[in-house]
Amino acid sequence: MLKIGQYQFESRLFLGTGKYPDYDIQKQAVEQSQTEVLTFSVRRMNIFDPSLPNFLEKIDPEKYTFLPNTAGAKNAEEAVRIARLAAASGRCDMIKVEVIGCDRTLLPDPVETLKATEELLKQGFTVLPYTSDDVVLARKLEEAGAHAIMPGASPIGSGQGVINPLNLSFIIEQSNVPVLVDAGIGSPADAAYAMELGADGVLLNTAVSGAEDPVKMAEAMKLAVHAGRFGYEAGRIPKKDYAVASSPEEGISVRN
Amino acid sequence: MNLVINGNSMELGDEVSSVTMLLEHLGLAEKPLIIEHNQDILQKEHYRQVMLENGDTLEIVHFVGGG
Repeated sequence: MLKIGQYQFESRLFLGTGKYPDYDIQKQAVEQSQTEVLTFSVRRMNIFDPSLPNFLEKIDPEKYTFLPNTAGAKNAEEAVRIARLAAASGRCDMIKVEVIGCDRTLLPDPVETLKATEELLKQGFTVLPYTSDDVVLARKLEEAGAHAIMPGASPIGSGQGVINPLNLSFIIEQSNVPVLVDAGIGSPADAAYAMELGADGVLLNTAVSGAEDPVKMAEAMKLAVHAGRFGYEAGRIPKKDYAVASSPEEGISVRN
Repeated sequence: MNLVINGNSMELGDEVSSVTMLLEHLGLAEKPLIIEHNQDILQKEHYRQVMLENGDTLEIVHFVGGG
């Protein structure tokens, strides 16, 4: 059971809702993933064409907890405004703080992320900041009161997987709130690895929406997150430099 | 009456006097959306009471796919 603030989830896989080929595939992928948390962005509505469909009309919103993000914000003030807009939907008080500080790498702005986190906590939000894999920043976000820490595995949408497992392990070790690995996951192996390192959950989007078969990949990610979590709980063997035989060395039958 | 909605300047009849009437006029009454009126984020239950005036700015936003 994953607990974030007042929320509890069976599933440790959080799914983004961007860039699917179409809404039917997306709906099937979301169902197959068995996720309980969907992320969204807040954007201007096309007021000239109200007939444009929206993914929210395709799913039963009561079945999911919404985790809107503040993507598009360049500073804390903009992030707080987007969070308040999202909350005015009346659907959720959880917010993924996302303040991008570099357009090319889409890496988060650490100073503004911390500021936005502090302000949104004051305003009563359940705050999940997307952060780099900086160990000290992760600690400061937790000290500020963040309900979970969401370090990136690698740059958003890059599919490079966990590029700094050491930092991620440090963050996981020091944190008393859930750590969700967010961004950069490319394959089920990446998701399983993040979970084996001890992450409490994984948030991914492009790895599923951009897969050749998003529905099958959604199921693969569900299984990978399970496998990684079980592996972590079961406790893997230590790595050794040399071979250690699995079969008994006594009683080998030979011809005399 | 001139309103600036999502950055677009729009000329509307004076009968579109409240936020609720504006949404009906735009065909958005049933849509899940969020409104900011002159930089003030509105709660749904206040749409009927919020009156529009010439020069007001509105942002009409909603949830879209994102990670």
